[in-house]
Amino acid sequence: MRIVHYWRATAGIVGRELLRFLHQRERFVSALVRPLVWLFVFAAGFRAALGIAISPPYETYILYEVYITPGLLGMILLFNGMQSSLSMVYDREMGSMRMLMVCPLPRWFLLCSKLIAGTAVGVLQCYAFLGIAWLYDIQAPLPGYLWILPALVLGGMMLGALGLLLSSFIKQLENFAGVMNFVIFPLFFMSTALYPLWKIKESSPLLATLAEYNPFSQAVELIRFALYEQFNQWALVFTAAAFLLFIGAAILGYNPSKGMMVRKGGGD
Amino acid sequence: MTAALQIEGLSFAYGAKKALDSIAFQVEPGECTILLGPNGAGKSTLFALITRLYDAREGRIALCGYDVKRQSLQALAKLGVVFQQTTLDPDLSVTQNLRYHAALHGIGKKDADRRIQEELERLNMYERRGEKVRQLNGGHKRRVEIARALLHRPSLLLLDEPTVGLDVPSRQAIVKHVHDLVKQQNLAVLWATHLIDEIDADDSLVVLHKGQIKASGKLAEILQSTGWADPGQVFQKLTQSDKGGPA
Repeated sequence: MRIVHYWRATAGIVGRELLRFLHQRERFVSALVRPLVWLFVFAAGFRAALGIAISPPYETYILYEVYITPGLLGMILLFNGMQSSLSMVYDREMGSMRMLMVCPLPRWFLLCSKLIAGTAVGVLQCYAFLGIAWLYDIQAPLPGYLWILPALVLGGMMLGALGLLLSSFIKQLENFAGVMNFVIFPLFFMSTALYPLWKIKESSPLLATLAEYNPFSQAVELIRFALYEQFNQWALVFTAAAFLLFIGAAILGYNPSKGMMVRKGGGD
Repeated sequence: MTAALQIEGLSFAYGAKKALDSIAFQVEPGECTILLGPNGAGKSTLFALITRLYDAREGRIALCGYDVKRQSLQALAKLGVVFQQTTLDPDLSVTQNLRYHAALHGIGKKDADRRIQEELERLNMYERRGEKVRQLNGGHKRRVEIARALLHRPSLLLLDEPTVGLDVPSRQAIVKHVHDLVKQQNLAVLWATHLIDEIDADDSLVVLHKGQIKASGKLAEILQSTGWADPGQVFQKLTQSDKGGPA
């Protein structure tokens, strides 16, 4: 009976998130426009400036657009994760987060279900982006599109867990602009999403080290290798470890006796 | 008979600021208890503790005998809540919102649809089930929230100032509906408000001021023991100064 309850609750939370996503078409469009602008404008302009040498998983010279595609998938997951955490802060301010927290299921389970729901939306966005990229002639081997599914799920869960952790710290919606400057931009630009590690190393070994240990880089590399039917073990271990760390801290953050909620204070 | 809500020696502080100071009271099944208190009295903190947004470090809260901290899942299963702010998803329909809540409580779709019909019909909202919540007025949203809070058949209904911002007819309808539920279904209700006219003659009263209980008991008994004329006077006398008043 309990397992049925858990299953129904997860299905309910994921279903609600997908329904909300379908009803907010502008959210879907804007989630796609961002990476597409990077692909069509930034990558096209950058193509001449940046030569990509042959490095795994690529077996031949590739266009910059091809290189940047897994990075943009990571970008979709990153923004989606942050958007989910933004909506959690919003939900908390509006009270619907309390509605979720008051239902008779363990809090860690509710947070994980919320994470699964957010990731499902992110993965859908990724496939829509890949569909458009395909039409733009950025085509990976067909099985690669299946291979990346677990990579997208793990990457999405890791970045979503980071968002969840941040949402337990952020008291008000207004503070969210800080997340853009201090989390999203450093994570994205200090990574292998836009340029390969060896290229970063040429200009700054320190930056290359930071990029290498950036969990976002590892998620992107996991996706990059998977898209070409290859398995990057180090990226998998690193991404999974980061996920466990973030989700553990987020669960602690939402703990009613230890978490940040107590320190933040209530209404009156 | 086990009390639907039992609070014993409950204290809570935000850092150095004490929000609740050793409060104790109980709500029995079939009893509507009005929690009266001005802004800043500690009502929201009390509700946050009962709904386990935070854990109390001192004191105990039990719902139908289940300790909120140690047996939280059993305790929360007995609880229905209507929060001060609307917590419905405006982009989803009435039914979608209610089905979501039913899923969180592990109620299957068939059973959920039957209960949704039952609760919405009771509130004359069934024919509006397909509408998006955004299209409903404040009073109707509140009705949906009450229906939602009752879907999983709780023993205790918590209402946190549910009538704020509503017009008089909507307020009266909600007050009447909740009092009917108490009588017909033996439901226990804890209703936080600062609107005196929402109190029924049979209700119990808990007056909270600056984190302390200034009076608690049946309204009639409080009026009799203090000699004050009505709940308005009780509220005024007990919350305007820190002195006097029965505890």
